[in-house]
Amino acid sequence: MRRILTFTGKIRNPKTILAFSCLFAGFFTFPAVAIERVKTENPVYEYKLDNGLKILVKQDKRAPIAVMQLWYKVGSSYEQNGLTGVSHVLEHMMFKGTQKHPDGEFNRIIKENGAQDNAFTSRDFTAYYQVIAADRLQVAMELEADRMRNLLLPPAEFKKEIEVVKEERRWRTDDKPTSLTYEQFNAMAFMNSPYRNPVIGWMADLNAMQVEDLRAWYERWYAPNNATLVVVGDVDPQKVRDLAQQYYGAIKPTEVIPPPKPQQEVAQTGVRHIKVKAPAELPYLMMGYKAPGLLGAKEAWEPYALDVLASILDGGNSSRFAKDLVRGKAIASEASAWYSNDGRLPDLFVLSGMPTKGEKLETVKTALLEQVTKLQQQPVSAEELERVKAQVIAGEIYQRDSQRHQATLLGSYESVGLGYAVADAYVDNILAITPEQVQAVAKKYLVEDGLTIAELDPQPIDPNKPKIAPNFVR
Amino acid sequence: MLKKIVLVPLVLWLLSVSGIAQAAPKIEHWTTSNGLRVYYVHAPELPMLDLRLQFDAGSARDGAKPGLAMLTAQTLDTGAAGLSEDQLAEQFESVGARFSASASMDMTVISLRTITLEKPQQTALDLWLKVITQPDFPQAAFERIQKLTLVALQGEKQDPESLANKAFYKALYGDHPYGQPANGTESSIPALKVADLKAFYQQYYVAKNGLLAMVGAVERAQAEALAEKIAAALPAGAAAAPIPEVKPLTEAKTVKIPYPSAQAHILIGQIGNKRGDADFYTLYMGNQVLGGSGFASRLMKEVRTKRGLSYSVYSYFAPFAQLGVFELGLQTKLEQTDEALKVARDTLQQFQQEGATAEELEAAKKDITGGFPLRTANNSQIVEYVGMIGFYQLPLDYLDTFTSKVNALSSEAITEAFKRRVQPDKMVTVIVGGDEK
Repeated sequence: MRRILTFTGKIRNPKTILAFSCLFAGFFTFPAVAIERVKTENPVYEYKLDNGLKILVKQDKRAPIAVMQLWYKVGSSYEQNGLTGVSHVLEHMMFKGTQKHPDGEFNRIIKENGAQDNAFTSRDFTAYYQVIAADRLQVAMELEADRMRNLLLPPAEFKKEIEVVKEERRWRTDDKPTSLTYEQFNAMAFMNSPYRNPVIGWMADLNAMQVEDLRAWYERWYAPNNATLVVVGDVDPQKVRDLAQQYYGAIKPTEVIPPPKPQQEVAQTGVRHIKVKAPAELPYLMMGYKAPGLLGAKEAWEPYALDVLASILDGGNSSRFAKDLVRGKAIASEASAWYSNDGRLPDLFVLSGMPTKGEKLETVKTALLEQVTKLQQQPVSAEELERVKAQVIAGEIYQRDSQRHQATLLGSYESVGLGYAVADAYVDNILAITPEQVQAVAKKYLVEDGLTIAELDPQPIDPNKPKIAPNFVR
Repeated sequence: MLKKIVLVPLVLWLLSVSGIAQAAPKIEHWTTSNGLRVYYVHAPELPMLDLRLQFDAGSARDGAKPGLAMLTAQTLDTGAAGLSEDQLAEQFESVGARFSASASMDMTVISLRTITLEKPQQTALDLWLKVITQPDFPQAAFERIQKLTLVALQGEKQDPESLANKAFYKALYGDHPYGQPANGTESSIPALKVADLKAFYQQYYVAKNGLLAMVGAVERAQAEALAEKIAAALPAGAAAAPIPEVKPLTEAKTVKIPYPSAQAHILIGQIGNKRGDADFYTLYMGNQVLGGSGFASRLMKEVRTKRGLSYSVYSYFAPFAQLGVFELGLQTKLEQTDEALKVARDTLQQFQQEGATAEELEAAKKDITGGFPLRTANNSQIVEYVGMIGFYQLPLDYLDTFTSKVNALSSEAITEAFKRRVQPDKMVTVIVGGDEK
C-alpha cells in the first residue's frame, strides 16, 4: 500500500511542515519574467442539493479513475477543552459499521472494487476519500452516503479503537522529540485560540473519552448541510450530480448548525519562550510569529506577501536559508520557513532550524533573527522574486499531475470558508506581489511581541547517563 | 490525520502498485549508440517532462566505504562545468525545474522535472546535462555534505524506527553489502575523500551501466535526440558486476535495543526474494492476504482490529537485485510487547502453514484487478514504474500482464511458495524500546 503523506493539520517536524506548505500553499510568486504562464482550462463544476450538500467536480481524463472526497466542516479547532481529539477518534469510528453495512463491510467492499480509501482530520476539517475506477464511483458514493447519518458506534469497538488511537499518539508524537517540541510550541503560541490543541488530542482527554462524546459530535456535525463532496477524475459532471442526488438527496439536513464560539486569540503582548526536554540527540528550534490568514485579512494582499516571504526564505535550493545558513555560513543542517494562510483562524509564520555538527542552537537562532532583520531593512531583489514566481508558475502545472491533490485543494478551501475559487485566483495573487509588499509584511508581522520560541533540549537517550544541567534561554 | 496507517517504504509501494492491464502506459524502449538503455512513455496531456537517469550504483557498490554512493549523488549539484552550487540552484529554479539525486541500495537516481515550454525546458536540460556529465565535486561542498550526513546519522539515534531498521538489515545481511547502511556510518563518512567520489562516479556513471526513463509531453523524435545527447556525454564504460549472492539465515536471532520510548518498535523478518524471481507473484499475492492489503489483511485484523494493540502493522516483500527482505512490522506500548509479538508470530506461522482461504484469495485478486488503473494514473507514478522495469530489466509488458498473472494463481501454489520461502522458526526479531532484559 502506498504511503500517504499527512498533508493536514498536525505538523510535527520540519519535513512534514514542508510537505504541507508545498501541497497547499506552495505556489508563491510573481509577474513572471523568467517563464511565461501556461493557463490550462480546467473548470470546476459546482452544484448544490436541496439538503445543502455542496458538490464540486473537476474533470481529468488522463486515466480512468476518480478521486472522491467528502469533507465535513469540523476538526480539532471546533473542540473544547477536555474533549480534544474527538474529531479524529470519530474519524476512526466511521469505519466501524452501520445497520446496512456492519463492521468490516466498508473495507471489504472497497477492496472488492480495487479502490483505495482513507480519511484525515485536521484542525479545520475531517475528510474521507476513495480513489476508484471511474465507472465504479457509485460504490464509493453509496458507502459514504450511508455512513453520513447511520453510524452505529458500537461501544465494544470504541473500547478497542481508542487504544489504537493512543498507540497512534505514542507513535506520532510521544516517541518523536521534534513532534513533542512542535506540540508544546503550538500550545504555547496560542493561548485561547483552539489551534492550540493537537489534532490527535491530549492523552488525558483520550483516556477520558466516551462513546457518547462521539455520538454527540457525529450528530452535531455530520450532515449534508455541513459537507462538501469533491470529485476529480474521468467523470461527467452532470452524472456525478445525478449520482449524488440519488445517494445523498434523501438525507435530511440538520436544522441549524450553530457556528463554533469565536475563541479569538488574545493579543500577544511579548515574546514567549518554552523549553522542551526529551530524550534526543539533536537540539531543535521553532520560532513562530502571529500572522493573519486569507480569511478575514484586513489587507487582502498581505497573506500572499507572507507566502512569498516564506518562499524567499525557504522556497528551494536557491532560497536564502539554503544559500546563507545551510551552505554559506554552514551553521544549520536544516532551516525552514513555513506559513499557512488557508486556515479558518489566524495562524503562525514559523521559522525552524537545527544546528549542524559542532554548531550551537543559539547560533542558529541568531542567524534566523538576522534574516528577519534583513528582510525588514531591505526589499528583496527582483531576481529572487522572479525565481519564486517561476516556481509558482511551474508548480501550477506540476500540481495538476496529482488528481488527489487537485481535489484536496478544492475541498480544503471550501471547508474553511474561503471558497474553492481561491485556488484559481491563487497564482494571480502571488504574481502581483511586489518587493515593497514583502518588506511591509516583514516589518508588520515578524515582530518580537508576536513571537513564540521553543527549544528542544536533548536529554540522554541512555538512562544511565546523567541528566544535562539546565540551560535557560534568555 | 490518517485513519489508516501504513508506514511503508517506496519499494513496497512499487511492488504493491504493480497492477495494470488495459490502461497500462505504452513503454517504448531503445538503446543509444553508446549503450544507454532508454525507456520512454509519451504523456502529452500536461506540458511537463519527467526524466530519471538511473545507474547500477547503489549503496551495494560502496564496498569498504559505506555512504559512498549516496554522497556521490548528493555532491553532483554542488558545482558543475564551472558553475557554483548557488548558480546551479538559481538557474534550475529560475525556470521552475526540480532536480534531485539520491542513492538507494541498488541504484543511483538522478531526476529532473521541467515544464515543456521551449526556453525553460532547454535551460533545465542543459543544466541537468552539466550536472550529470561535468560535476566538479568541490572540496568545500563535499565537507559540508559530510557534516550534514553526520547530523542525519546522529538524528537516527533519536528515532526508534530508524534504529530498528538499521539493526534489522544488519542482522539479516551481516557482511553482505546489503547489510551496510546507504547513508554510511559515523566512522565511514569522515574517512571519505573527494577522490573516492570521483572514482565512484567515473566507474559507475557510464552509459552501459545505466538507463534513462522519460515520461512527458515530448515526441518520440525529440526524446531520441535528447537521449542521444545525454548518452553521448557519458563514457560508454561497462555494466557493473553482479552484486554477490545473499545467504539465507540458518537460525532465529533476536536483537534488543533499550530505548526510553513509549512504544516498542518491532520488526520481524528474513531474507525475501529478487526482482524477476520465479516466486515473485506467489509471494506477492500471499503477502497481500497476510499483511500487504491494509485493513483487509490478517495481521491488521488480528493485531489492530480485534485487539487494538497497534496503530500500524504490515508485512511486505521488498525484492532487490539480489534477495531482498521479507519484513513484518508494528509498534505497541511497552507493556504489551510480548502479547503483540505473540499475536504477530502466531498469525505469520498459521498463514505460512495453511495459506490463504479461497475467499481471501478471491478478494485479493479483485482488489488488485479492480485497482490497477489507480497505479499509473499520473506521470509521477508512471516514471517511477518505468525506471523500475528498466532497471531490473523486467518485460516491457510487465504492467500489462500483472493482473492476468495474479489472477492465474491458485491457493496451493501460494501455500507451497510460502512453505518453501518463509521459515517462521528462523526469523530475525528486532525490538527497540524498554530496558535491557
